[in-house]
Amino acid sequence: MTQLLQNLINGLAIGSVYAIFALGYTLVFSILGIINFAHGAVFTLGAYFTYTLVVGQFENNGLIKGINLFPTGSPFHGSAWAFAAAALIGAIISGLVAVVIERLAFRPMRSRGADPLLALVSSLGVALVIVNLIQILVGAESYSFPTDIYGDLKPALIFSLGGKLIVVRTVQVIIFGVSMVLLLILGYVIGRTRVGKALRAVAENPGTASLLGISVTRFIIITFFLSGFLGGLAGTLVSTAFSVAGPYFGVAYGLKGLAVIVLGGLGSIPGAVVGGLVIGLAEAFVPAEYSAYKDAVAFALLFVILLIRPQGLLGRVQIQKV
Amino acid sequence: MDFLQTYGFLIVTMLQQGLLGLSLYFPLMAGQLSLASPGFYAMGGYIAAIILTAPQFAGWREALGNWIFPVTWLLAGLASAVLGVIVGVPALRLRGIYLALATIAFVQILQVLSLNLSITGGAIGLFGIPQAFGFVDRWQYIWIFLPAVIVVLLFAHRLQGSRVGRAFRAIREDELAADAMGIPPTRYKVLAFVIGAVLAGVVGAMSAPFLNTWNARQGTFDASIAFLAYTLIGGSRSMWGPLLGGALLASLPELLRSLADWRLVINGLVLVVASLYLPQGIVGALGKLRRKAPPQRPSPQVKPALGDTP
Repeated sequence: MTQLLQNLINGLAIGSVYAIFALGYTLVFSILGIINFAHGAVFTLGAYFTYTLVVGQFENNGLIKGINLFPTGSPFHGSAWAFAAAALIGAIISGLVAVVIERLAFRPMRSRGADPLLALVSSLGVALVIVNLIQILVGAESYSFPTDIYGDLKPALIFSLGGKLIVVRTVQVIIFGVSMVLLLILGYVIGRTRVGKALRAVAENPGTASLLGISVTRFIIITFFLSGFLGGLAGTLVSTAFSVAGPYFGVAYGLKGLAVIVLGGLGSIPGAVVGGLVIGLAEAFVPAEYSAYKDAVAFALLFVILLIRPQGLLGRVQIQKV
Repeated sequence: MDFLQTYGFLIVTMLQQGLLGLSLYFPLMAGQLSLASPGFYAMGGYIAAIILTAPQFAGWREALGNWIFPVTWLLAGLASAVLGVIVGVPALRLRGIYLALATIAFVQILQVLSLNLSITGGAIGLFGIPQAFGFVDRWQYIWIFLPAVIVVLLFAHRLQGSRVGRAFRAIREDELAADAMGIPPTRYKVLAFVIGAVLAGVVGAMSAPFLNTWNARQGTFDASIAFLAYTLIGGSRSMWGPLLGGALLASLPELLRSLADWRLVINGLVLVVASLYLPQGIVGALGKLRRKAPPQRPSPQVKPALGDTP
């Protein structure tokens, strides 16, 4: 029973990050019908940006080794609010990077009417550039956030249930809370506001939307910004729970994110949330003795769902027309 | 000989990567984007590595001598065909990006398995794989890979003109129409997928002795995308495209060696620029140069309307 609860808590925490990360893919996919493989790299960038703001320097390796951004101590270190500001700025910069990626790698291709499959290659090229730039600048070492980033908050809450302990890490609560709030805001924006309505119109049919006076280009930029923002924030959240595990650590999440969106249904926003939570929970419930196979769970689920329900859990059935 | 000493490894690698690019080309002939090749490539390599190193197979090695190498290719090809059918039959009901994602998942699952099974040597992998046919230099693998390239190109050429090749093309252009014409799409799609799988598996078995070690890094998502890049940047509409793309992109890190740390950054930029400026691939762009531009109709003489700026 306690094991079940503990797994549930762990699964929900990691699953909620998967959800907001995967939403970044979903937003872009629903508008452009392409998968942005640079999303995993933006996730990594978000973690590095926030780390830079909080710690100010990278002491181990790389071109900018030892350069300290804040010689008198980082203003983003010491209280939970200061850290929240750093995470927010990190996410905003990630969003801007995603806009630049769109401008350089996707828009030229769109204006030439190129094969959408080529976007897979060009976005992967972008990912390769970002990941290796990070490596040149700060090296391949992994960096851990200081333990006191949340200021005076206790690192964990420990409950006792029938003599057994359940550990809820503060990080987990924050991850889950932030993700859920973000999902609600996003759901509201997309479902209830004019901007959201326009976004949905562009996703449905860009041609018609532009005839109705919606600037498609502007909404594509907004979409990429949101996508990068979510990706970067997910990167920060994951790295506070574990560590900033080197330039390549976004790649694994990038692939898992693909499993999440397919499981939920490509292009479906509630689908991404459900998919993220399902995969997070499924991984948490893998017994300890098989934990080496944990990374295969998401992909096994992806494979199975594609075979029995290709449109995903919450996706719409596509009818092929002649 | 100096030339071969220096560049032999690179030349063999170019041929090998060209073959792997071709392993994506066969499914694409039938319009199917499969990224499963690294999975079959890794499996073929493991089969060869296990047969060539495991003590259980010492008897085989003694009895067969140098024949053991072709036997590993054969077994890798057979195993890939069987697994290709098992995976292909359900997966090829999917279209476009869904098939690509399913095959990425397949590669990931195989990778996790190979990292954790004892027979594949776990994370360390298998090493000390003996050199094929007692080769003493790496460049001698050209005697394996060059004939392989020629055989595959001849096969692809024959296939294109055959009934099966025409069926592939019909499915690629319009699956529903092909179905209506009496071409069973699923059967041909699985066949195209299996041809690619067998090729990747055999190349894996050929590569294990060449690389001397074999581990889970051989069959990764990165490899999937690398092979896709070979095909798209080389040109996916001609059998020369994936071969050329594979050879060029495989040599790129070597050509950029002087850039040291920056070479992967440049490699990424090349992928972006190539997909922007060579949407038909290199072979497609060359073909466009060679073909004469269609005759232009003389533009009608229109008087500029009033108010038009000249």
